[in-house]
Amino acid sequence: MSERLLEIIVDSFTKILIPGIKVTIPLTILSFSFAMVIAVIVAMIQFAQIRVLKQICRFYIWVVRGTPLLVQLYVIFYGLPNLGIIIDPFPCAVLVFSINEGAYCAETMRAALESVPRGQIEAGYCVGMSYLQIMRRIVLPQAFRTAFPPLSNSLISMVKDTSLAANITVVEMFMATQRIVARTYEPLALYIEVGLIYLLFCTVLTGLQHMGERRLNVAEERRKDPWYRHVISLNRFRRR
Amino acid sequence: MVQARNITKSFQTQVVLRGVDLTVEKGDVVAILGPSGSGKTTLLRCLNFLETADGGTLEFDGETFQRGHVSKRDIARLRKKTAFVFQNYNLFSNKTALQNVTEGLIIGRKMHKAQALEIGRRALDKVGLSDRYDYYPHQLSGGQQQRVGIARALATDPEIIYFDEPTSALDPELIGEVLAVMKQLAEEGMTMLVVTHEMSFARNVSNKVIFMEDGQVLEEGSSREFFAHPSQERTRAFLRTLSGER
Repeated sequence: MSERLLEIIVDSFTKILIPGIKVTIPLTILSFSFAMVIAVIVAMIQFAQIRVLKQICRFYIWVVRGTPLLVQLYVIFYGLPNLGIIIDPFPCAVLVFSINEGAYCAETMRAALESVPRGQIEAGYCVGMSYLQIMRRIVLPQAFRTAFPPLSNSLISMVKDTSLAANITVVEMFMATQRIVARTYEPLALYIEVGLIYLLFCTVLTGLQHMGERRLNVAEERRKDPWYRHVISLNRFRRR
Repeated sequence: MVQARNITKSFQTQVVLRGVDLTVEKGDVVAILGPSGSGKTTLLRCLNFLETADGGTLEFDGETFQRGHVSKRDIARLRKKTAFVFQNYNLFSNKTALQNVTEGLIIGRKMHKAQALEIGRRALDKVGLSDRYDYYPHQLSGGQQQRVGIARALATDPEIIYFDEPTSALDPELIGEVLAVMKQLAEEGMTMLVVTHEMSFARNVSNKVIFMEDGQVLEEGSSREFFAHPSQERTRAFLRTLSGER
């Protein structure tokens, strides 16, 4: 390795990492938080079978899951100005990522809600609790526990998807790298470098996920159960 | 205390209840017997509005609930006077035994936590689970789970407890501990309506028996009379099959 290349790599490290910390991470945290709010609301509406709202939720999920994220970014950022709606790049990215991830997480949450045995809801009614009390105290806590591993999956996936924001002029890690490449003509080293930084971020998140699961007792409880062991081993091949 | 008149219920095209009448007096222990699919469980669930009956009236404690004129609030008020024990226990799996018992008191009835805990512990002591307060349902045996279910029902100080086949999901060697608790409650004068396949319970503990088949009550009477001199041929046949099996 030439000395020049080494210098470029070392030099660029902080230049890539800083936009990562200043842009990629906030973008992920903000978008995922909003996505979770959307997901819980949309999942609960479907779970409670509220008639018209449920149709609207199904429509939302249908559209968002059926169109590419990149197209959604372009429509909102480059398309909406035609109607006089102009949104700054960063808020626009948060908006699109929230809506997009919200649809996926809503389906995860809905499945998790439905995995809680109906009988527990009946039991809640029978001891004098209201629907919302039952949801808050009994159903949602159990659903979150079930949904935790797939939701972690979505979060990890989202860290990487934020690189698409480069297409709408958000200067996040990938865009920062592209700029350095344009200057130095070292695409191989620099793109591998940014890839490794994404890998670092995701490794931290994976570690957090494992801690979280242990905290939630998920791992421990399920290890005892041969059926779940089977399900978990299947899920390993299903990661997006 | 509970008076149901002409309760009907269908699921899609299948008629499950064809006009059932039922009366339970205070202090009664009523066993509902009958072959599977006769509508016993559906009847019980209609009494607590876990299913909505298609027709009929329900009188509870002098208050009349007419099909079509029952608000959510009426149902909630009725349910606060009753308790339900399920075939599959239906314990809250994210709560300990004690929390299962106190949840309805603290959240549903806004009782003070200390008082609820006191009641909860007493209820669990009563069903013989003083050493299992902090166990989660999955750490308990079926019989223990069902006893938590009964403690949960007791804690709300109900006027009547509905039991839906409380021992049907249990291993044979665990049935005894649950029946013993139910027997104790009966002796203390608790009003109970029990859908069951346990003939020994119907014969020895309950004072009244209702025999259902095909969505109708075929025979009812005091349990002594019912087992000694069943009036209907169908009832006799049912009892014969059961005694043949055992």
